[in-house]
Amino acid sequence: MHPRLRKYLPISGMLLLVVAVQLIVSASGANYYLTQLTMSAYYSLVILGLCLLMGYAGQISLGQAGFFAIGGYSSAVLTTIDLVPYSASELVVALKRFGIVVERQDLYGNTLLSFAPWLAFIAAVILTVCIAVVIGIPVIRLRGHYLAMATLGFGLIIYRIVLGTGFLGEADGITGVPGFPLFGWEISGSLSRRISNYYIAWIVVLLAVLLAMNLIRSRVGRALRSIHGSEEAARAMGIDTAQYKLATFVLSAVFASVGGILLTHYNGGIGPSEVSSMKSVRYVAIVAVGGMDNLWGALLMSTVLNFLSLRGYFGSYDDAVFAAILLVIMLFFPDGLLRAPGLRNLANLGRKLLSFPGRATKGKSGNG
Amino acid sequence: MSFDQFFQYFLSGITSGSIYAIVAIGFNIIYNTTGIINFAQGEFLILGGMIGISLSSFLPIPLAIAAAVVITMGVGALIDFLFIRWLKNPPVLRLVIITIGLSILIRESMLHVWDEKVRTLRHFTGTEVSSVKILGAYISPQVLWVLGISAVIVIALSLFFRLTLVGRAMRACADNRSAARLCGIRASRMVTFSFMLSAAIGALAGCVISPLTQTQYNMGSGLAIKGFTVAILGGLGNSTAAVIAGLILGLLEAFSIAVMPLAYIDAVSIAVLLVILFFRPSGLFGDREASALKEF
Repeated sequence: MHPRLRKYLPISGMLLLVVAVQLIVSASGANYYLTQLTMSAYYSLVILGLCLLMGYAGQISLGQAGFFAIGGYSSAVLTTIDLVPYSASELVVALKRFGIVVERQDLYGNTLLSFAPWLAFIAAVILTVCIAVVIGIPVIRLRGHYLAMATLGFGLIIYRIVLGTGFLGEADGITGVPGFPLFGWEISGSLSRRISNYYIAWIVVLLAVLLAMNLIRSRVGRALRSIHGSEEAARAMGIDTAQYKLATFVLSAVFASVGGILLTHYNGGIGPSEVSSMKSVRYVAIVAVGGMDNLWGALLMSTVLNFLSLRGYFGSYDDAVFAAILLVIMLFFPDGLLRAPGLRNLANLGRKLLSFPGRATKGKSGNG
Repeated sequence: MSFDQFFQYFLSGITSGSIYAIVAIGFNIIYNTTGIINFAQGEFLILGGMIGISLSSFLPIPLAIAAAVVITMGVGALIDFLFIRWLKNPPVLRLVIITIGLSILIRESMLHVWDEKVRTLRHFTGTEVSSVKILGAYISPQVLWVLGISAVIVIALSLFFRLTLVGRAMRACADNRSAARLCGIRASRMVTFSFMLSAAIGALAGCVISPLTQTQYNMGSGLAIKGFTVAILGGLGNSTAAVIAGLILGLLEAFSIAVMPLAYIDAVSIAVLLVILFFRPSGLFGDREASALKEF
């Protein structure tokens, strides 16, 4: 096969899997599984971003839930803000004409006037980028414990702000967030749109994977991996390590933020539990299980674990399960579960059968 | 602000400050012998408090606290045996993640062993309504207990590190691990000791503050991040400076209540943490050049 096409092989495989899962689930009349699979997809966006940051740039972040919340909450605030009292003002009328402000009806038939979801999306992403840059410039200079604590601290500040601020709904969060119109489809939790939403979510993930893969295989990706290997050596080769690290930090923040925005529209709201530091730890755990610098592993683990967690299989042991996973992986399989010796042989065998060249011959790759 | 009011804030500031200092010292003890920041440090306080509360229902308070300290010490040793000791030259990132996992696991175990209810230990002297009047400010006798026991912990630790053989051996390990081993000190045993010591003072502090702050299974991480802030503020590894830094943070928090909504108080100390990490990671009293050489 042409090598250019070969790199799209896993992507096409994933697309087939996504379609197959939908067909099987729908055929067996268990469409309710699609809801959790859709939510898992949005959480997987956070995971993909964190995977780039941890696995490829070698930077831990315990504040991803903070970025998720910045996206989700900004979008929720802008799309639920009540502009009816100002509906006569010229500015609002003009904004309405350009589709920036839109009218909709709530459950009781009252007219609501707030910003359009697409505008909220753009605003939320811009806000995320700004905050990520401001936080990122000092943060990426830190290493190890300090980096972990600083990002954890950032997440906690966002958590405290959310809990203590009236217009962010305090402990109740924000509800009544409208659906997100998308080329005739809509990202929303209504039951009739379950299947289309499943596809929207996974197409978004697919695009994110494509973006991440191209990034990893580009000059940027090689630079990042050299930073992970040895920052001093990378700098000696003329790589602007600070700039690459910052760019990755911001990109991972944007991934988390987009996940937050879309999930908020899908769920119709967002609450402070999405911001808790446990969520951030959970994301780190998933990336660690997947094998840090393994996008596909992270994506697979994210889907499986988030799905199981959202279906409530872990019960009241939810957080404990993720903590235990984190410990077991870090103690026994620091290269990720998929690279555990037994599984690696299996994977190599699979690759040989498919004659699919990849990491198979590379053996144990170092990361830490 | 009248003097009485000022003094009241001041007392509450040094009370919480002294607790933060104890947590910070716990961080420092483990950091000095292993280079690890133990993210589960806050859980030691809550675990100690919880055990103390449960035992106090059938034991007199001093005995209950002593038992809680010993049991938590055992947990500290167990953590080292099971999770730290046998790793060979693990990278910092891996250790960070391990101790984070541990802190959550301890927290969730506490949730299942006890429950999510808020508990308190009885006041050591008097009840929750009794108070002592000092310079026009009313304080609970428990505050005096907290301040007294914190002072005892700090003094006892500095004597321990200076005068006893084990304490000196631990300091030697902190200074230069391989040199210490050449002198016949078992470094791995010192690591176990440091985990036990940290757990013990954590448990003691957890019991002493319980009547004032109450004890709930999920309070550990909040204490840990403040203790860490104090440890950094004073300069990581420097326990004398941690006491001063603890008092600074405690006072800062107490007086920020006067100007800020209560809900943002925790954000204040975390903001202090971020500022100090970004601009002076060696701490207020630390040596900038020495800290640049350390692997954080």
